[in-house]
Amino acid sequence: MSHYYEENDLERFAELGRYRPELFEIFMNYYQNVMAEGALSVREKALIALAVAHTVQCPYCIDAYTRACLESGSNPEEMTEAVHVAAAIKGGATLIHGVQMHNVTDKVSI
Amino acid sequence: MLLEPGKEHLPEFFRRHRVELVCSLPYYQADMVDRLRGAGVFQKSLEALRRLNELGYGREGSELVLNLMANPVGAYFPPPQAELEILFRRELGRRYGIRFHQLFTLINMPIGRFEEFLRRSNNYERYLNRLAGSFNPATVPSLMCRHLISVSWEGILYDCDFNQALNLPLGEELPRHIRDFDLKALQHRRIRLAEHCYGCTAGSGSSCAGSLEG
Repeated sequence: MSHYYEENDLERFAELGRYRPELFEIFMNYYQNVMAEGALSVREKALIALAVAHTVQCPYCIDAYTRACLESGSNPEEMTEAVHVAAAIKGGATLIHGVQMHNVTDKVSI
Repeated sequence: MLLEPGKEHLPEFFRRHRVELVCSLPYYQADMVDRLRGAGVFQKSLEALRRLNELGYGREGSELVLNLMANPVGAYFPPPQAELEILFRRELGRRYGIRFHQLFTLINMPIGRFEEFLRRSNNYERYLNRLAGSFNPATVPSLMCRHLISVSWEGILYDCDFNQALNLPLGEELPRHIRDFDLKALQHRRIRLAEHCYGCTAGSGSSCAGSLEG
């Protein structure tokens, strides 16, 4: 193992079912149902997944959902906007915690 | 091609003879198309499509059939044909006022320049695995090689255009030239297979008329 993250490991996801396979099966069943066409299209779900993949900074998910977005008809412009949505929410979430900083500052200040 | 010098008469010629057209347009955005086909190709394609629309091609209910053919701009699969057709119709109409009848999707075959790209970019193994892993037996009855043969300009027979490009003629036990054409022998022939055949059997399948399923 030369790196913690190996590209080929993505294809080995099913190995997680080696122990307690019933849990993996339940997860995969849930996962596939979530990502299937529903009130949202497969294309929209792939864009959401791509944004989330960036916020959780999972290289496997970014790889998988970049491809999934392209394969569901999205283009790099739309995918970049999705990543910006993720960045905006993450940035906003950081900044809103500044209110807590203000609260603590106010509490301890004379 | 329709805009090249000396070929300007073709759209009118096509209209007069009611020729059904299939135009290659990998995507509805310039950067994606030009990346694949070369700088400026997208604009030229739009001009040609506009010209065909003006002649009556692509209009709803028109006998002048204008279909589009889209293939992915890289080492990935095309979206489901019906869904991509909706996207293309909406975006080509909204952005450029272009109309067309049907959209066909095509899987990129791992041969020729695309194979060179796959190998150069270290995508070859993963792409081939993906094609093989997506083998769909339901596509097999509709495969083009089951119903057609490909004939080169010299009259040599092949199972398909891809085998022709790869110089893989029919097996030695079969008629190998158009002058020896034998319908019965060719209808029940053993097809010459290679790795690229997975390109036609992956997912929804792929052919010159788009995906084989749905």
